[in-house]
Amino acid sequence: MLRVDDLVVRYGRVPAVQGVSFSVAEGEAVAIVGPNGAGKTTTLSAIVGVVPAAEGVVRLGGVEVTGWAPERLVRHGLSLVPEGRHIFATLTVIENLRLGATVRSDRAAVQTEIDALLERFPALGRLRRQSAGKLSGGEQQQLAIARALLSRPRMLVLDEPSLGLAPLVIDQVFELLGELRGRGVTILLVEQNAARAVLFADRSYVLRSGRVVLDGTSAELLGHADFVSSYLGVVPADAGVVLPVEEAP
Amino acid sequence: MNGTLIMQSVVDAISLGSLYALFALGIALIFGILQLINFAHSELVMVGAFALVLMNDVPLWLRILSMICIVVVTAVVMERIAFRPVRGANPATLLITSFAVSYLLQNLAILILGPEPRSGSVSTFLDESFQVGDIVILHLDVVTVVVTIALLVGLALFLTRTAIGVQMRAAAEDFRTARLVGVRANRVIATAFAISGLLAAIAALLLTAQAGVVTNTIGVNVVLLAFVATILGGMGSLGGAVLGGFLLGVVSVTLQASLPLELRSYRDAFLFAAVFLVLVIRPDGLIVTRAQRGRV
Repeated sequence: MLRVDDLVVRYGRVPAVQGVSFSVAEGEAVAIVGPNGAGKTTTLSAIVGVVPAAEGVVRLGGVEVTGWAPERLVRHGLSLVPEGRHIFATLTVIENLRLGATVRSDRAAVQTEIDALLERFPALGRLRRQSAGKLSGGEQQQLAIARALLSRPRMLVLDEPSLGLAPLVIDQVFELLGELRGRGVTILLVEQNAARAVLFADRSYVLRSGRVVLDGTSAELLGHADFVSSYLGVVPADAGVVLPVEEAP
Repeated sequence: MNGTLIMQSVVDAISLGSLYALFALGIALIFGILQLINFAHSELVMVGAFALVLMNDVPLWLRILSMICIVVVTAVVMERIAFRPVRGANPATLLITSFAVSYLLQNLAILILGPEPRSGSVSTFLDESFQVGDIVILHLDVVTVVVTIALLVGLALFLTRTAIGVQMRAAAEDFRTARLVGVRANRVIATAFAISGLLAAIAALLLTAQAGVVTNTIGVNVVLLAFVATILGGMGSLGGAVLGGFLLGVVSVTLQASLPLELRSYRDAFLFAAVFLVLVIRPDGLIVTRAQRGRV
């Protein structure tokens, strides 16, 4: 579904992403984890066309989409839930949802889906005519995900969906993501909360200093001593494997 | 100050406030989406005003319709040629581009039409007045207020009831995210320029009717005041721009009516001192948008 090869992104002369490659198969849930400043959000920003890629190729569904404008990518089936939610605070909940369906012309079907989403998320249903800025953080995240789903994406990309949310609300967000995965939605998830993301995803990539330093299935990563000690805060008894880490120049 | 003078001032204030609001709205609409302070808005007014006086022999309705079309097309072409290539550049680049376009069009007007002012009346009906008690009300004042209210209501309906209108509001609040949900940047920006062209065209009509003389700088002073009005209202907020425009009109007329004669020539100094005071108390303007808060 998505294939990224040797992606390089620079801010001026500063390299933020240095040759990142990864892939997401159809129906798969993949996580990109790593510490703050590892280049996770920059990688996503380059994929969705918000920042230009200096080098590398991005393919979506076999088509090269490197450098495409974000609005063109949405029409090609990629939908992003941005970091910090970025709902339109001065617009109503309904208007936010309708904006999610900007790329569609089947208005009747859109309305049916909006009604279904408002039923699935009762808080959004109750506040449908209110400004979205009045929603709580968790409700705003629900709205951001619902809005992204209304474009009927082939692939849903989420940037730090748990950021700034209470633990209970994070549980609800991952429950929702699990539900979407169950329905066959392809998911790419970028998270600082490595434990939650790795446990959720089929496969994960660990980014550090703009490079992929480790990848594998949840089981493989959880069996990796350095990953566990770095991200989960526990060193297993049989620790001994050392993660090769390259620092940024 | 007697009652008649107060009422006369109220009528003048509403009329002037409406004109400022129209200008301010045109500026705020573009700023909200592009962070571009379009000083060339005054040249859209100039194009409209010249179009009106140059088509003196054409029937009024056709004259106005043609003028609106000319200004709207000029606005859209201006965006395509001048502003699209620098889209996303830093605000200083955008500002300088808008000044460049402004001076270019002003001087182009001198080159094509000569430096002499052109006089022309829009309609004798607008120059006539009627009396309510002792208050003299120009038809033009009534038309200014009615047209402004109609445009504000029309724009409000457009922005809330149509898909492209909602997309424009979304883009004004958070342009990047709007693109991420699929809003076509070019379409929304072209529409915003077309609407700002429409607002400039109507402003040109009212300003020409008021002044009776058209020069290549006809819109400059009012656009400057309207720019102050948008800052006063809160840059990026459309409601704020209208509020700022009306407030500026009201304060300006109040000062004109109440200042002692010897201080009256310093009216604008008092006006800007009042604006300065408001901005000291509310640095982001009267109405703060989320997008603006993020930028500060």
